[in-house]
Amino acid sequence: MEEEAEKEKMVKVYIMGREFEVPATLNIVKAFEYAGYRFVRGIGCRGGYCGACATVYRFKDDYRLNFALACQKAVENNMYLTILPFMPAEKAIYDLNNLKPRGSVLLELYPEIARCVACNTCTKACPQELEVMDYVQAAIRGDIEEVSNLSFDCIQCGLCAMRCPAEIVPYNVGQLARRLYGKYIAPQAMHTHKRVEEIHACVFDEELDNYSLLAKEDVEKLKKIYVEREIKVG
Amino acid sequence: MERGYPEYMLESIEFVKKTRERRLKEIPELMTLEEREEILRQYHPDYKEDGKRIVKVGANAGEFMPHEVADLIEAYPLIEPEQIDLSTIDYDSDILIIGAGGAGLTAALWAVSSGADINRILMVTKLRMGDSNSKMSQGGIQAADCEDDNPTLHYLDVLGGGHFTNDPDLVKWLVREAPMIIKWHEELGIMYDKDEEGCMFVAPGGGTCRKRMHSCKDYTGMEIVRVLMDEALNLDIPTLEFTSAVELLMDDAGKVAGAVLWDMEKEDYFIVRAKATLMATGGFGRLHVQEFATTNHYGATADGLVMANRVGARIIDMDSVQYHPTGSSYPEQIVGLLCTEKLRGRGAQPVNKYGEEFVYPLEPRDVESAAFIRECAKGNGLVTPTGMPGVWLDTPLIDILHGEGTIEKEFSAMFLKYARFDIDMTKDPIFVYPTLHFQNGGIVINKRTGVVGVEGLFASGETTGGVHGKNRLMGNSILDYCVYGRRMGIYATEYVKNATVGKLSLDHVTKYVDLLEEAGIPKERKAPILLPEYRGERTISHALPLLG
Repeated sequence: MEEEAEKEKMVKVYIMGREFEVPATLNIVKAFEYAGYRFVRGIGCRGGYCGACATVYRFKDDYRLNFALACQKAVENNMYLTILPFMPAEKAIYDLNNLKPRGSVLLELYPEIARCVACNTCTKACPQELEVMDYVQAAIRGDIEEVSNLSFDCIQCGLCAMRCPAEIVPYNVGQLARRLYGKYIAPQAMHTHKRVEEIHACVFDEELDNYSLLAKEDVEKLKKIYVEREIKVG
Repeated sequence: MERGYPEYMLESIEFVKKTRERRLKEIPELMTLEEREEILRQYHPDYKEDGKRIVKVGANAGEFMPHEVADLIEAYPLIEPEQIDLSTIDYDSDILIIGAGGAGLTAALWAVSSGADINRILMVTKLRMGDSNSKMSQGGIQAADCEDDNPTLHYLDVLGGGHFTNDPDLVKWLVREAPMIIKWHEELGIMYDKDEEGCMFVAPGGGTCRKRMHSCKDYTGMEIVRVLMDEALNLDIPTLEFTSAVELLMDDAGKVAGAVLWDMEKEDYFIVRAKATLMATGGFGRLHVQEFATTNHYGATADGLVMANRVGARIIDMDSVQYHPTGSSYPEQIVGLLCTEKLRGRGAQPVNKYGEEFVYPLEPRDVESAAFIRECAKGNGLVTPTGMPGVWLDTPLIDILHGEGTIEKEFSAMFLKYARFDIDMTKDPIFVYPTLHFQNGGIVINKRTGVVGVEGLFASGETTGGVHGKNRLMGNSILDYCVYGRRMGIYATEYVKNATVGKLSLDHVTKYVDLLEEAGIPKERKAPILLPEYRGERTISHALPLLG
């Protein structure tokens, strides 16, 4: 009986100001749909990976604004909800091949990061719980590796940029830093390079062609080879 | 942290804890090929007779497909050909790319680097650039680039996982070009998990004989796609967002010659004439085959299959659907979402409500899913307060095996997803059940991504079939859209050098409608569906499109 009661529980929400009753088990996206809305914007993967459903909400009789991804947040009673359709944030245009992995690159392409007043508003707005202000500060210092690591889980929803009083776009700064790190600073995978050379030298082609032929003409033999292959995953 | 499970689930967790130490030493054995076949036949949803039917029209007439796919093939177009004015060309392109997920973006970048005129490329997507299943993939990408591994072993794994139903030649190029893709990604600045010497961190996946899974924490797809997007934006590749292709165009020589686009917001249409049309529309999870929940993104509605089928493209292996064994089944807010296979790769074990193991943790996905379904059918699973069945995935084992903090470091996305609902997956197991994950089959292509039997049309990624046969292994979907997206960009660029386009036509649509009428297909069934319908019943039953 307790399970049944849980199932039926409804909450009151205000979607862009309009009052609706929705089941308490829904996330915000599903609550909008339950109420009758059909999304074209403000929606993407529905799984917390794409940042399309950045949401601003507050509770009735509370002045404070809160931030979430609509697909990752359960509805609660008396939520006032809006999902942002678009983030008008600037992105620097560059050719990564012509950049040097110097710390000053971040300041050169995004000079506004120097305006950071360390208010921490970006961090408070981040639905991924990243230390956004810390990586903006690291960007000012030119510490590309620190920016890359602290910003790695960013899904680019844009809420940090919309909240920043200095009009910084932290998530694009993070993107630039990570690409610089991945291309120039992180050690190269030499075993991958070696394998690519072997492939260019057609080292595996004969055996691959042989397997392809077996797959078409003698699949039982190929199955035997498959079953007998050594499994080394420990 | 509070423990976000109801009392009866917490009681079952106590059993899981009790058996944990023993299970560290005892892991169930792999099934034989015969055992695999048997469990699939008995418990995999693909084998349910009432789940599919024979389609009556199109290039696949006479073949079995799930009802949900057959409903799209046996469906009338959204547009009526006579409504459309083909005399005004809105965009005249060399290369039209339909879809801007992993395959579309990769194709666009390789078209540019192969010498295509950027201003004569047009990429269209019904949502935003990058919105796709590609972005959601967590666990990794396979590439045989380590010392004790090689592409021939990868080849065997792909075929074995696909039960030897794959296109052998497509698999060859998939495994052969995998290491090159990783190297290209490195050059683009993608941050793969490596040690201080640059050695890639690799994990095993279901059905692999070596540790071959390269990852970017558990954000692999997101990291790859956001870099591809950044590059596409830097190159200023012409892109239309919130614009969906609704029908392909052909010319008077019978070649595909562009598409009719529909603006999802303004609701008007555009005509694109193109020498090459590249289909990168992704998969079909949002069709909810057999009413399964899905891991897929909002736009995964198989539009490409519908459009390609109407110009005569054949599709294969649509009777096989990939259910990922570990979809979240609790809490309700995240039902269906993916819990990466890498969790099992790093030691998490599936156990039933008594805390007992019942299957080797890394069988190929279809086999593993069937084992989960069997366990629940036996009554050894639990049911959540909202009626979802499932079993436990014992995640705390990962930290026990690899050290405290491993989960938070390697699975930060997953950790946060559960922490948001007061579940600490480092201390408690998570509750899972198979979820609709991947379209194994699709449009038939050749190794140059040309759609077989249709000139001017190319395809790659999840919308195609053959690469994975009737079952895909983990880590081969990212690889698929990278290898074949790249090839699509290269070969389409080569093709358009000497291609011409004649007079545009929608006659093929008119002819398809005739076939539908002959077959007595109900008029109200239309496709492509573009977006799934999730609005409340009250709204749907009382909708009045008064503004027209």
